[in-house]
Amino acid sequence: MREDFREILRLTPVGARVLDVGCGEGDLLDLLTRERGVDGQGLEISADGVSACLARGLAVVQGDADHDLDSFPTRAFDVAILSKTLQQMRDPRHVVSELLRIADRAVVSFPNFGHWRVRWALLARGRMPETRALPNPWWSTPNIHLCTLHDFLALTDDLGLRIEACAALSGGRPARPIPPRSVLENWRAEAAVFVLRRD
Amino acid sequence: MKALSPAQDGSESGGGVWRFPADRPLRLDSGAALSPLEVAYRTYGRLNADRSNAVLVLHALTGDQYLASTHPVTGKPGWWTRVVGRGLPLDPDRYFIICANVLGGCMGTTGPGSTDPATGAPYGLAFPVITIPDMVRAQAMLVEALGIETLFAVVGTSLGGMQVLQWAADYPERIFSAICIAGAARHSAQNIAFHEVGRAAIMADPDWRGGAYEAAGVRPEKGLAVARMAAHITYLSEAALQRKFGRELQSDGLSWGFDTDFQVESYLRHQGASFVDRFDANSYLYITRALDYFDLAAAYGGQLAGAFGQARDVRFCVLSFSSDWLYSTAESRHVVRALNAAGCRASFVEIKTDKGHDAIFLEEPALDSALRGFLASAAEKRGLT
Repeated sequence: MREDFREILRLTPVGARVLDVGCGEGDLLDLLTRERGVDGQGLEISADGVSACLARGLAVVQGDADHDLDSFPTRAFDVAILSKTLQQMRDPRHVVSELLRIADRAVVSFPNFGHWRVRWALLARGRMPETRALPNPWWSTPNIHLCTLHDFLALTDDLGLRIEACAALSGGRPARPIPPRSVLENWRAEAAVFVLRRD
Repeated sequence: MKALSPAQDGSESGGGVWRFPADRPLRLDSGAALSPLEVAYRTYGRLNADRSNAVLVLHALTGDQYLASTHPVTGKPGWWTRVVGRGLPLDPDRYFIICANVLGGCMGTTGPGSTDPATGAPYGLAFPVITIPDMVRAQAMLVEALGIETLFAVVGTSLGGMQVLQWAADYPERIFSAICIAGAARHSAQNIAFHEVGRAAIMADPDWRGGAYEAAGVRPEKGLAVARMAAHITYLSEAALQRKFGRELQSDGLSWGFDTDFQVESYLRHQGASFVDRFDANSYLYITRALDYFDLAAAYGGQLAGAFGQARDVRFCVLSFSSDWLYSTAESRHVVRALNAAGCRASFVEIKTDKGHDAIFLEEPALDSALRGFLASAAEKRGLT
């Protein structure tokens, strides 16, 4: 099981109404449905992903988080999940603020561009980083809006959001709760998962 | 009741014509009342003991109730034998599948070709103008008459897809799930324009006789054929036409005249000519009119989400085809956004294909797997085994 999935599973209340944005082939939604009995809805951009979800019996709409979140009514869900997708959004600020309009709580995970390997690749080699969390070369990566933990904090502060929980995700090890504003963690965490609420 | 041709896969099949007595008229949106009302239908499979496995399939503009059995006029296989049959997504061994000829149609349900009780002659243009809500009301009467309180699913393609949405608006408590394939929540200006070409062709045929052609012993076959030819183009994509025909000629060299030089011309003429054997010109006028009048949001102050306000317990599946320009993905997306806004549980996928609107009837594995997955999960929730 993906480590961020394990953490999201832990954070999701039983029977919650869940929207998984960028749900792919539905692995997480399927897990949440089976293990937490959630009432799940997915949003996924690729037709193949949606077809795979439908074949698994999940309710998933083909659409684009950048444009289609605004069709959901306010507070329609208990939890909105954006799992390692934020960095692929055209307008991440809009997406995060929409998640917290639609749901009471948002669970957002993303690769940390402040991780020491990333910094090292740029500093020592002068090359765009290719790491476990960011495996693609610059010319084929789907990631267009990468950020560090502290960049993300600045955004949540700006949007007036409260951080309810934060955990570092590093290479297959269990998620490790961290103080989100720690300078050290901004070097150490390969990726992170945040639980956000409106303040 | 006439003898029925069996289902093509040999599974249990039934049907007939349900006749509603004069004291149960169909109240129409126009204010008129239609009686007597007859609804011709076919069924496949068997209704289970708790009457929870019924599926109502709603056909397209020129379709009919011969879903999975040989068509009595053309002798051709049923129109959806790719989806309905043993081992297929709509399996008669699992579901009780009903398909009725639409109100205004010409395969046994009351329409402009039926006898007007006031005159004893066919209605012709004396038949009242009907709407999609009227069609759905007639379907609901049939479903009730068959003793089914809640349908496990309503499944519709094209015109049928629009009826599915109308079902969700008018009878949400009577459906458990709803599948709208290549449909829309309204007819666009382009849709209306193409229909107007078809109607103009029919009405320009001298044999149309103001709609009273039957009494004169003639049929406006030329006009109806042209209507079908124009409409048929809208069912295909440019890519599919190119792939099938390109600029291929019927024989070596051009004729330097107006015969069917090109294969695509021959194909369209054949489509037109074979259509008139199985379809009625006045039915074509009435049903296309009903489509043109369709705008589901209109009754909800222009807010489509309002139509689905009572349908939060219905499980929706909306499917479109990428090369369909008749009822495009944009129309389906519009429906899905309204479902989201209404807080309904919805699935939607655009199926990649170059076959255009006609993909409904053609080999599309992605359509099958989407239907299979959606139905299986809904059946589980419904407690069907």
